[in-house]
Amino acid sequence: MNIAAREPQPLLIAEGLGKSFGRQVACRDVSFELHEGEVMAVVGESGSGKSTLLRLLSLQAEADAGRVLYRMRDGITRDLATLGEAELRFLARTDWGFVHQDPALGLRMAVSGGANVGERLMAVGWRHYGDIRQVATDWLARVEIDTARIDDRPATYSGGMRQRLQIARNLVTQPRLVLMDEPTGGLDVSVQARLLDLLRNLVAVLKLSAVIVTHDLAVARLLSHRIMVMKGGEVIESGLTDQVLDDPREPYTQLLVSSILQP
Amino acid sequence: MSAAETAPAYNFAYLDEQTKRMIRRAILKAVAIPGYQVPFASREMPMPYGWGTGGVQVTAAILGPDDVLKVIDQGADDTTNAVSIRKFFQKTAGVETTTDTRAATVIQTRHRIPETPLSANQILVFQVPIPDPLRYLEPRETETRRMHALAEYGLMHVKLYEDIARHGHIATTYAYPVKVDDRYVMDPSPTPKFDNPKMDDCAALQLFGAGREKRIYAIPPHTHVVSLDFDDHPFERYRHNGTCALCGARDSYLDEIVTDDRGSRMFVCSDTDYCEGRRGDRDESVTPRHEAQRS
Repeated sequence: MNIAAREPQPLLIAEGLGKSFGRQVACRDVSFELHEGEVMAVVGESGSGKSTLLRLLSLQAEADAGRVLYRMRDGITRDLATLGEAELRFLARTDWGFVHQDPALGLRMAVSGGANVGERLMAVGWRHYGDIRQVATDWLARVEIDTARIDDRPATYSGGMRQRLQIARNLVTQPRLVLMDEPTGGLDVSVQARLLDLLRNLVAVLKLSAVIVTHDLAVARLLSHRIMVMKGGEVIESGLTDQVLDDPREPYTQLLVSSILQP
Repeated sequence: MSAAETAPAYNFAYLDEQTKRMIRRAILKAVAIPGYQVPFASREMPMPYGWGTGGVQVTAAILGPDDVLKVIDQGADDTTNAVSIRKFFQKTAGVETTTDTRAATVIQTRHRIPETPLSANQILVFQVPIPDPLRYLEPRETETRRMHALAEYGLMHVKLYEDIARHGHIATTYAYPVKVDDRYVMDPSPTPKFDNPKMDDCAALQLFGAGREKRIYAIPPHTHVVSLDFDDHPFERYRHNGTCALCGARDSYLDEIVTDDRGSRMFVCSDTDYCEGRRGDRDESVTPRHEAQRS
């Protein structure tokens, strides 16, 4: 946590976030701070409010209560609710990344892998084909996709390649915050291991901050510094990852940890 | 042809006056916001979608009894679409029609801009099948509207990127996207990209009508229109490398006509009026040339 100690101001602050769908409470009074370079995992079973929390953070859904603050590149922390739509969308495609569980949601399946990576660059005004292609090639290599497949559509890629392409597409503008929703869901274990290895490297090299929603405690243990356990829309336990996983305090967390299969 | 010869059951130019007012309001808004797609309450017209129902409604709304109408289809005055729309307005509005670009005050066009430069007293009406340049790139209409509103046009370049990645050059040859007045990206209807530079700083008003999609947009006279491109792959006009077999023009847009099944072909001007004018067989004494003198 020495990184957090160096940074006086958190990058992302959630204050008392709440969201209900009718009488169904999806999220209640969730607060946390995320510092630059810090990775936080949100774990819990299906329906615990993890994904809703991620949608609230990325402003894909409107919170009923609370607010989200973000330290912009100019160093000023601002309430995201006060930003205009144009500013928010610009922020979302330059300073943020969002990795969906299903890569088809985060990718344009009808255009080539290279264009998928280059889209964000073109959106921020890059107008030199050669430069865009060079950066796209570099990024494909970084996420271990054969650069000969740059002109193939993601529809022809395997599941693991699609997920890696989605990550490259998000990281090309060098965002500071990446939100991930079950990034390894639906992949077989060997592909998962490779993806996790890649993610861990990228996060360390690029000093990314990340919020990773997962139901897989192994992913949390491998990637995250801190962990937040959710149940019924509320945070029931949080702390350092190894501390929470090795010495769970809440009965529910103990149950979660003990339900991991040991091969 | 006098007004008395029009079919008696129809209001002038087919549409009722309230409908024409509604369309004119949409046109005024479109002119005020160059390149912006204005929704309008498109009517059923007595012709199928795809035959120019949008263009016909715009023409009906702006037509006056003194106007001289020219209708072109792929550059030609004598193709089915052009002939039937011209007859439609002869019958319902009784206006004078012509094939001479210079004599016309209103030119309804399908997929070409005449080779003869247009002047300030002319209006060019385009028939548009798909008004949104972002269609097929972004499936959600709610999202494309938001992208237009926020001027987020990175996706347009993704399309051009794909072209270069696949073909080595920008292979889009028609409906080539343009940026109007440094703000809205617009689909110039399926005109060949050869015609794109003619839209820039054009003296005539250019109106675009999409009937099925219920949109009208416009380029006011002398508006800056730029074709999108990359710094290292600039926009280029395209025409067949040849001369017109009929008039010898080297600068006009050419149609390729296959003349037998042994691979013979000839190139001729797509703009028939321009070609006839160059061949000198146009009757210069009668301008505008009347429909009755055709054939």
